[in-house]
Amino acid sequence: MNAYMPYILCLILFCIGIYAVLSKRNIIKIILGVVIAEYAVNLFLILVAYKAGGRAAIFSGTQEIAPQSMVDPLPHALVLTSIVIGLATTAFLIALAIRLYGKYGTFDITRMRELRG
Amino acid sequence: MIGESVIPLFVAIPLAGAFLTALLKRVKGIPDTLGVMSSVFTFALSILFIIRMQAGQTFVVNVGNWGGFQEVMGRIVGIQMVMDGLTIFMLLIVNFVAFLVAVYSVSYMTRYTEKWQFHTLFLLMLAGMNGVLVTGDMFNLFVFVEIASIASYALVAFGTEKRELEASFKYAVMGGVASLLILLGVIFLYSATGTLNMGDMRAVLAGSEQPGLIYLVFGLLLTGFGLKAAMVPFHAWLPDAHPSAPAPISAMLSGVLIKALGVYAIARVFFTVFGFPHQVSIILLVLAAVSMGVGALVALRQWDMKRLLAYSSISQVGYIMLGLGIGTPLGIMGALFHLFNHSMFKSLLFLDSGAIEYATGTRDMKEMGGLSRKLPITSGTTLAGAMSLAGIPPFAGFWSKLIIIIAAVQAHHMKLAAWAVLMSIVTISYILKVTRFAFLGELKEKYKDIKEVPGFMRVSLIVLALVCIFGGLLLLPQVRDGFLSPAVKALTGMGGV
Repeated sequence: MNAYMPYILCLILFCIGIYAVLSKRNIIKIILGVVIAEYAVNLFLILVAYKAGGRAAIFSGTQEIAPQSMVDPLPHALVLTSIVIGLATTAFLIALAIRLYGKYGTFDITRMRELRG
Repeated sequence: MIGESVIPLFVAIPLAGAFLTALLKRVKGIPDTLGVMSSVFTFALSILFIIRMQAGQTFVVNVGNWGGFQEVMGRIVGIQMVMDGLTIFMLLIVNFVAFLVAVYSVSYMTRYTEKWQFHTLFLLMLAGMNGVLVTGDMFNLFVFVEIASIASYALVAFGTEKRELEASFKYAVMGGVASLLILLGVIFLYSATGTLNMGDMRAVLAGSEQPGLIYLVFGLLLTGFGLKAAMVPFHAWLPDAHPSAPAPISAMLSGVLIKALGVYAIARVFFTVFGFPHQVSIILLVLAAVSMGVGALVALRQWDMKRLLAYSSISQVGYIMLGLGIGTPLGIMGALFHLFNHSMFKSLLFLDSGAIEYATGTRDMKEMGGLSRKLPITSGTTLAGAMSLAGIPPFAGFWSKLIIIIAAVQAHHMKLAAWAVLMSIVTISYILKVTRFAFLGELKEKYKDIKEVPGFMRVSLIVLALVCIFGGLLLLPQVRDGFLSPAVKALTGMGGV
């Protein structure tokens, strides 16, 4: 059972994030929801690479080469890319939130109703 | 000279153009020149490729020369870029539209300040789209989708008025969630197959019993790419985002972005990687039918010209999905041909709406009327685009719709064929509304002094209109064998990645 706990945590985090995106009215909270969901996905990506008792995939001359005991290094590279992309999205959303606040004087999404139909 | 080694240039040229534009923003004329030149180069490259490529030929390049590790590891290491019939077909469309849009925006974007920002973002978006098309690696696909998406969020907000910001926020949040779902799907696929290369994935998935996990992956990827393609349950952002962007960007978004990021990605992933499973076919058919209906019927009651065109895009993407969902070679050919036509006429119509806005300052069709006397070129080209969209023979749009409907009948989807015919009648009525209210009738007093748009904008409009009129010629056997058939083969046969 314990082995599944991290995955369940991921799922809960992801659901919290999506819930915030769908139901919150404050745009800052919506942005936080996107960020939380994003972290859940990143966490899951790292968990895919996890191996109990595994060590970093670094080869050196003194050790014997044993790929079986190493964690998969590829998702670690991928998650870095994913985090950077997440940073770009978050920065953009926050910049938008600042401009929206400047125009409307509120963070409440239900008061922003220029677009209809 | 033209071989696999130049494939990365499709991404590198616009990327370099984007950064040079940002660096040299103070030099007069540089942003315009770089914007046009970069898209000219990529367009010329795609033409050279299509001339050089024999039917069924596939170019593969290992980025960063990681190919040597293949023998050691027993599988492909590093990112591959792949060029097959479908890729070059899409590249030609994307870069052609991008080139014309860049020419158009030389004049049009003088209405806005900070033109260099526009060109930087535009070229970044182009780099992202070209990347999506050439990549043969699942995670790389996700990265390029994100590059194109984030650039497009910023472009939608370019006017920084209330409407633009609101539309961009909606688009960015929905697009962000879509990207997360795509990434989640890619991770599940990686954990199931142990590889990120599309060709390897196909081999692993075809060789073994498909795990139950695969259905979860279908759902995640279909939702994620469906959001990017604005298929109906996931379409809410499109009618806000596309009209809010500056007109050249609306043309790019509706004309090519939803196709490169949505339709192409769905075709690539579900045909090439999963071998087009039956369940996906049914889902695509249902979504296509709903999209066609909802898009067309809601478009009928719009008065904002760009908003009407945006809803029309949803409906027309439904047609493309219908062709793909049928899955027969004829259906796929109809889908790809309609994709080509839709890129041309929808870009043209959005550029025309921009031209009207440029001349009169309004997008509301109730405000317009009688403009054909004052704007002969704009009204003539709009008519060409409208007839192609409505599917009036001999305009290009007629042939592609005809092929899709014939394919539906051949595959015994009689109800879908009837639905497609019915919706094309609705299409005629909403596009006649545009031509009727904007160009015919009495000219309003306040528009007595308006002038036709400047030369750069005219060139783009006329070229696109000519493609709309003569696009049907693509079906001639000689032309089809070089352009359309290899793209169809790449999806139906094993000639893919």
